Amino acid sequence: MDSPELEIVKRTAALARLEITDAEARTLAPQFARILAQFQVLTSVDVEGVEPMTGATRLADVTRADEPRASLPRAATLANAPDERDGFYGVPKTIGGGS
Amino acid sequence: MSTAAAGVVSGQTGTRWIPVIGLEVHCQLDTRTKLFCGCEYSFGAEPNTITCPVCTAQPGALPVLNSAALEYAVRAALALNADVAPVSKFDRKNYFYCDLPKGYQISQFDLPYCTGGGIQLASGKFIRLTRIHMEEDAGKAIHDRGDATLVDLNRAGVPLIESVTEADMCSADEAHEYLTALKEIFQYIGVSDCDMEKGSLRCDVNVSVHPEGEPWRTKVEVKNLNSFRNVRASIQYEIARQIEAYETGDPAQYPEQETRLFDVAAGVTRTMRSKEDAHDYRYFPDPDLPLVTVDAVLIERQRGLLPELPVARRARYESELGLSAYDAGVMTAARDVADFFETVVRVGGDPKAAANWIANDVLRALSDPDVAASSILELLVKPNDLAELIALVGDGTVSKNAGREVLDEMLRSGARAKDVVQAMGLEQVQDTSQIDEWCRAALAGREATVADVRAGNLKAIGALMGPVMQASKGSADPQLVRAALLRIIGEEG
Amino acid sequence: MSAYEELDATALAESIVRGERTAEETTADALRVIDERNDELFAFVSVDREGALARARALDERRAAGEAPGPLHGVPVALKANMCLAGAEVSCASKILAGYRPPYTATFVQRLIDAGAVPVGMTNMDEFAMGSSSENSAFGVTRNPWDVTRTPGGSSSGSAVAVASGMVPIALGSDTGGSVRQPAAMCGIVGYKPTYGRVSRYGLVAFGSSLDQVSPFARSTRDACRVMEVISGPDELDSTCVDAPPVAAGAGTGALAGLRVGVPPEYFPDDLDADVRACVEAAIEAMRAKGAEIVPVSLPHTDVAIPTYYVVATAEASSNLARYDGVRYGPRAEGDGTLQGMFAATRDAGFGDEVKRRILLGTYVLSSGYHEAWYGRALRVRRLLADEFDVAFQEVDVVACPTAPTAAFSLGEKSADPVAMYLSDTMTVPASLAGLPACSVPCGFVGARDAQLPVGLQVIGRPLADELVLAVARAFEAATDHRRRPPRSAGGAA
Ligand SMILES: [Mg+2]
Ligand SMILES: [Zn+2]
Repeated sequence: MDSPELEIVKRTAALARLEITDAEARTLAPQFARILAQFQVLTSVDVEGVEPMTGATRLADVTRADEPRASLPRAATLANAPDERDGFYGVPKTIGGGS
Repeated sequence: MSTAAAGVVSGQTGTRWIPVIGLEVHCQLDTRTKLFCGCEYSFGAEPNTITCPVCTAQPGALPVLNSAALEYAVRAALALNADVAPVSKFDRKNYFYCDLPKGYQISQFDLPYCTGGGIQLASGKFIRLTRIHMEEDAGKAIHDRGDATLVDLNRAGVPLIESVTEADMCSADEAHEYLTALKEIFQYIGVSDCDMEKGSLRCDVNVSVHPEGEPWRTKVEVKNLNSFRNVRASIQYEIARQIEAYETGDPAQYPEQETRLFDVAAGVTRTMRSKEDAHDYRYFPDPDLPLVTVDAVLIERQRGLLPELPVARRARYESELGLSAYDAGVMTAARDVADFFETVVRVGGDPKAAANWIANDVLRALSDPDVAASSILELLVKPNDLAELIALVGDGTVSKNAGREVLDEMLRSGARAKDVVQAMGLEQVQDTSQIDEWCRAALAGREATVADVRAGNLKAIGALMGPVMQASKGSADPQLVRAALLRIIGEEG
Repeated sequence: MSAYEELDATALAESIVRGERTAEETTADALRVIDERNDELFAFVSVDREGALARARALDERRAAGEAPGPLHGVPVALKANMCLAGAEVSCASKILAGYRPPYTATFVQRLIDAGAVPVGMTNMDEFAMGSSSENSAFGVTRNPWDVTRTPGGSSSGSAVAVASGMVPIALGSDTGGSVRQPAAMCGIVGYKPTYGRVSRYGLVAFGSSLDQVSPFARSTRDACRVMEVISGPDELDSTCVDAPPVAAGAGTGALAGLRVGVPPEYFPDDLDADVRACVEAAIEAMRAKGAEIVPVSLPHTDVAIPTYYVVATAEASSNLARYDGVRYGPRAEGDGTLQGMFAATRDAGFGDEVKRRILLGTYVLSSGYHEAWYGRALRVRRLLADEFDVAFQEVDVVACPTAPTAAFSLGEKSADPVAMYLSDTMTVPASLAGLPACSVPCGFVGARDAQLPVGLQVIGRPLADELVLAVARAFEAATDHRRRPPRSAGGAA
């Protein structure tokens, strides 16, 4: 039976698409636990009635006009692609399953 | 299994099952550029040619909101009588898929720009909207070519509005009607072409069933339905599948909370992912995008752009123009047709005749390869021209049948009705002395028929009309011929 | 004509404009110093020799043809390896972006180029700007020119060292929680983090989007002002970029007399390095001597800034780094042959330990069941931190404090202990969370006479008070004499 930290590390790694080995998970779990323990101090702060600060600006309503800008040439878009096929990005065969 | 009134489905065991259905509809907005970048989207372009650093998620690129997308979204909300939030925000919905370049979709989570509103069905039932939010589309993954999946990011970043209903529907018919009405409205107000074939309208359905009088049961989601037919079929399939599962009485076989896909070929839904591997989207406010504000000025400007909506038009066509419910429905199903019809009427065309001509002849012409028009607006026949033709038929200048030939020619060449009639020599002969002459010639030698008519059998007059029309080579006005025959027979009796 | 390394960017540009040297000679000088010192210090991960010389020659030709010079005419500049310049390799010191050449140029990079600056290469950094020592680079460690056994600080390690060691007079770094101020302090140069939104982030590879700011390194505050004048100002490609005019380069001639300087006791904790404390207290005393009024101010939430910062920054990073999936760029690992397996294998092979640790932490604090307790709470504490700065700035014009709790520490000293490493950002993260302008300016040295290490004074201002913060730093610089070129040989005295 894995420790709760090990469980969390494994589950979170899967969610983040980080393929970690068991050994890595065992190294990370105590580090993770220590970091979270250190961060527990946050729970002592009284935040009753405090609005969350979601960004560092007080800007709102920033928009642009609906005017086209030049798209990139396809060769430039695909230049860095590890698997370019006929103008597409190639990836391992998969069937559906986005959102 | 049989369907009774108001959505109740009777199962094999005699249980009365109530289906519960909600819809989530994704609709592409017809803005020039994408939601967060200046790429000018067009359907069917070569793959990956309408992309830039922003919509291909190049490291360091940032989103900037398209003001027109916000305006269109607000207009859609107003058309559905929904409330537009003065402040909303964009959030990141995090998941990994090959068509999602950033690894997250910019969407709206707990503060959507629009809540409430809804659509009334013909039955009077009101389908409530929970919310509408703005979000960006993903790219396209093509799975049926070769040994790899191919990714095209042209569509990535196209603006969508997602309309989510309450689970207010209880049959595939209701869902179909809601969807039709939603599509009509969005098309009318000019925010989307709602073309399911091009993917600019996509639908997810949530279906559950429960025995009448009992609490709701497990909800199943069917995703990515891309035709009205598939929406209907998948709902019908799910209702039947779920009832069957419950009626086994074996809890192990009961429906699970899961996401399914509709297999069009087989006509069934299949598990896409179960609850265990459900996503944890880790929504949080997108730090790259400040809050979205909508003020009264923006709302009023968009309200001013709302046309009369289809339901209101339909009612007016019936009450003011005297159309049948059926004709009113055909005339209002698409905004361009309704606008065309109204212009014909405004320039003097008789409403009923206009509706008949449009429904039977004009719309049919759109599928004629010789006409080469994909919408009523592209036809060479303009509302003025049709009104003129209607008048020519109305006053007897040409017969209805000849009128059809005239319209065909007008559609092909763009010529005016009067000119076509003249050129084709289709004008009806109205000269009564000429008509009298043809009639007298026809009566000669048909004494028996004449006697029949005199005896009061007016139907027999038909046998006399033929020879007259033949003699005139079809150009005699049949009304005048009939009158002349009766007069001459009377005079001579 | 003075030696290349003696001059700051302002003086270099002026001397080129006066015709005392050419842009090409100046670029050749930069390349010469890089050749001399980069093997030892590893400031640059790549140098674009031909491109830089060609650009410099073109500048000389345009000048000869009578074109008006820009404010950075002919000045060699270094870019951190997380800044996009079309065609250059922008690796973020990560294997996952090895070989990546962006198809576009960052707004701020284009502005530098338009002002006549000559980018000579990309500098080393902690991978994806995650770190405080350069030890998280996938390509090797950058060394402090004052003592090559020590860290130059991080994450903008290479840019700091490129400036401190005389390779280039100015460089850009990115400051998310102190990644420019802390290495500036540890390398004895000026590091300036602008108000959040003052410089466009378009083309800066994101770490923590609500915190990241492009920030200059310079050997003088007047150079920092000049770079800010060039790179700041609105940008329609960054929605978080504020609609304020560019920072005025003329700013920064202000006097200290009459200035109200707040000193928060929370930045002088008991465990603060004694030498650093003495150094900074002396600096504040020097300000008082020049007429500043020193006022104690309270910033009580300073002690929770580190966890707040690490929750917010890693949450954003976990999402920002999701795009590195092996589809559109970077090397791919096939994994088990499935799509999701390819993602996981690519990310496993491409990311280093610290980046993985932070992605994990950020994913965790956003995940269902923990979201409100960690991320939600951190956003509220962040508001408290910003609010208490607002209160302080009702009493004072600027806040003065140490930039870092210690001088440069030894390489390897903290690399095994993430928490200890995180704590080295204690004094820089509060201004980042609040989005405030903050400048680290050299304020003295600690250590034995033959092994001195520089210390930085941090000046923090209210939002958009960039000119004032730079003016105060400049007045302090003028009133003191802490600006010294580091030794040519490692470990020696200045
Ligand atoms: Mg959606
Ligand atoms: Zn784009």
